[in-house]
Amino acid sequence: MLFHDVLVIGGGMAGLRAAIAAAEKKVDVGIVTRLYPPRSHSGQAQGGINAALANNPKAHDDTPEKHGFDTIKGSDYLADQECSIFLTEQAPEAIFEIEHWGCPFSRNEQGKIAQRPFGGAGYPRTCYGTDKTGHYILQTFFEQTIKHNVKTYNEWIVIGLAKDVDTCCGVIAVNMHSGQLEAIGANAVIFATGGSARMYGNTTNGLTSTAFGVAMPYWAGVPLKDMEFVQFHPTSLYPSNILMTEGCRGEGGILTNNTGERFMQKYAPKAMELGPRDIVARAIMTEILEGRGFEDSYVHLDLTHLGRAKIMERLPGIRDITLDFIGLDPIEKPIPIQPGTHYCMGGIDVNVDGASPLAGFYAAGECSCVSVHGANRLGGNSLLDTVVFGKRAGTVAADFVKDKPKQARTNALDRALKGQQEMLDRMQKASGKENPYKINAELNKLMPLKAGLFRDEKGMTEGLQQIKALKERLGKMRPIASGGKFNFDRIWALEIKGNLDVAEALMAGGLARKESRGSHYRRDFDKRDDKNFLKHTLATYTPEGPQLSYRDVQITKYQPQERKY
Amino acid sequence: MTEFRILRYDPDKDSEPHFQTYTFDSPKGMTVLEGLIYLFENVDPTLAFRSMCRAAVCGSCAMHINGLYNLACRTQIDKYGGKIILRPLAHLPIVKDLVVDLEPFFDQYKKVMPYLIPKQEAPQKEYLQSEKERKKLDPWVDCILCAACYGSCPVEATDPEYLGPASLMKALRFIEDSRDGKSKERLAFVASDFGVFRCHTIFNCQKVCPKTLDPTKAIAKLKMKALFG
Repeated sequence: MLFHDVLVIGGGMAGLRAAIAAAEKKVDVGIVTRLYPPRSHSGQAQGGINAALANNPKAHDDTPEKHGFDTIKGSDYLADQECSIFLTEQAPEAIFEIEHWGCPFSRNEQGKIAQRPFGGAGYPRTCYGTDKTGHYILQTFFEQTIKHNVKTYNEWIVIGLAKDVDTCCGVIAVNMHSGQLEAIGANAVIFATGGSARMYGNTTNGLTSTAFGVAMPYWAGVPLKDMEFVQFHPTSLYPSNILMTEGCRGEGGILTNNTGERFMQKYAPKAMELGPRDIVARAIMTEILEGRGFEDSYVHLDLTHLGRAKIMERLPGIRDITLDFIGLDPIEKPIPIQPGTHYCMGGIDVNVDGASPLAGFYAAGECSCVSVHGANRLGGNSLLDTVVFGKRAGTVAADFVKDKPKQARTNALDRALKGQQEMLDRMQKASGKENPYKINAELNKLMPLKAGLFRDEKGMTEGLQQIKALKERLGKMRPIASGGKFNFDRIWALEIKGNLDVAEALMAGGLARKESRGSHYRRDFDKRDDKNFLKHTLATYTPEGPQLSYRDVQITKYQPQERKY
Repeated sequence: MTEFRILRYDPDKDSEPHFQTYTFDSPKGMTVLEGLIYLFENVDPTLAFRSMCRAAVCGSCAMHINGLYNLACRTQIDKYGGKIILRPLAHLPIVKDLVVDLEPFFDQYKKVMPYLIPKQEAPQKEYLQSEKERKKLDPWVDCILCAACYGSCPVEATDPEYLGPASLMKALRFIEDSRDGKSKERLAFVASDFGVFRCHTIFNCQKVCPKTLDPTKAIAKLKMKALFG
């Protein structure tokens, strides 16, 4: 039976960074990825990665401590403060490591890593490689895994965990090339499966960013934390919702409505376009809803005043995308944009070591929730999260497995394999008529309406009922397609099940949180309520639906205050 | 009506590849990838094709579209008047339908030592690199490893050992990097039997690159460096 000391699920930035950390500790590490690593969604990250390097002359007195405060304030005080501080303290070293491995960061006049301003930050501290930062770092990490000769199972899709009593002992995966179901044993499993924004239709995320990754541990009894906090990126291209980086505004791009007004002056008079994402996204949506958008759907992101040279040098990828997808050159015309579902602050409940309550099971990156981003993540902090906590999880997992026997727990793995095989067989023999993709399309449509930028009791109650109805319909699914090799139909059927169950947890958490905090904005409770809700939501799976419980936020250094930008 | 003619092949069932034709209504602005997803979700869930970012940055959906290699996500159906003919990438074995085995492509990639081998020990902070030095990397670092160039390269058709455009461009990317210390060894390797001198300068890779990079130029540069230093 296949076995690795440490098994990493996911070939994006968090997963690769975890694998490199484990490999450096000389433990046997394997990576399972549904794609090829360089095709992971991390590669779509554009604008940059935050660290208080103080390379920009305007940031000469920047410090990790100030970065920590900005992160905590940005989180609307829902972040666990020592975790956010750990993140920002580790940031400079994490960036230098990536640079030492050859990442082609853009440079300033001194030959140091260039840094640009980003939203919600007191200083220009976002390190970047043009507007392709994610692509460059992901390639660099992929290169390092080749250097370390890490075994990678490309296009193997994990469909479930294997547990031996109360320890995670491996995973069950479909090898897409053969169509075979396989068990892989491990002494530690690290999930780095990325975000879940594909529960929503209007998303910037790639097609594989479904909630399946967080659904698997959820089904296995690991709680999901703060799932109701979903970030809507202010600027995604209309109508495809492809990301238009915050770097556009960092480089001086402005937002205008259909009267030509630079409307951010009404919402964040000091920070303007560089307010935090929750505030800018709500401002844009308010303009559209109140009739000051174009075609009732979008506003303008105007870069034309930046000039050709700056756009070609700093934002070439943005120009490629607008040319490819809507035939528009941002050098000449403003870009039509609207908010798009972008990032899940919530995720698998882990601590600062990436460890979950399930022994041997770790998570890092967007699928996890430490929590360092709280109720609203700052732009440039997600890539940082993947590298700092990817490394941390890889290191801690490598220590955890050191004295464990190097062999697969075959009984438990065989049992799990059999269970998954029986489930697939049942799906093959299903007698229903429902098309799972129609069900998913309905979920995609309802999520932005009921759990979007603006929420209330009525909408979320209806949303919850609709999700339950969709779950029932999925139970009457048509048989999945036959055939083994690259049978995506059977994978998608599972992903849609994951989307529905996690969307239910999200909706239930949002309904119970009767306050507005960060990305979670309720029209019927439009103020933050620290007395009752300065706490994390934990959703535990039961077949009847999510069971909610709460945990206090760790407040150590900064007492919550009102957020003003 | 939009028409998709798709090369289908399931090695477990079919004796040889064959075309299957699908017709459907496509809204204006629909991409070839969106068309494929529509067919998969509503008409034929046995269709196999790769996809991920749908934004022309991940490289998953490279295929042969109406005679040219391109990404399905950045190709509008209207571009070809609604008649689309799809084949998988060439020179790689078909696993199923439009999905090919990419291992040979990545095997070649791994051979060029695709990672920085620094010439100095790492400093406390970052290696310093001037804006001018960094600019030299610009033409080579945006490759998304989609393998469109590999599929289009006629040398790959007869000579699977040939390193190929993407891998050679990767080698140049490190040779051009002021931080790398192994240019000599890298150059010697790319000038060896299955390297740059197998390139016949057909320009196919330049023509098809969906990121509008120029592997042909990269290979020409490597040839010059190998010959004249």
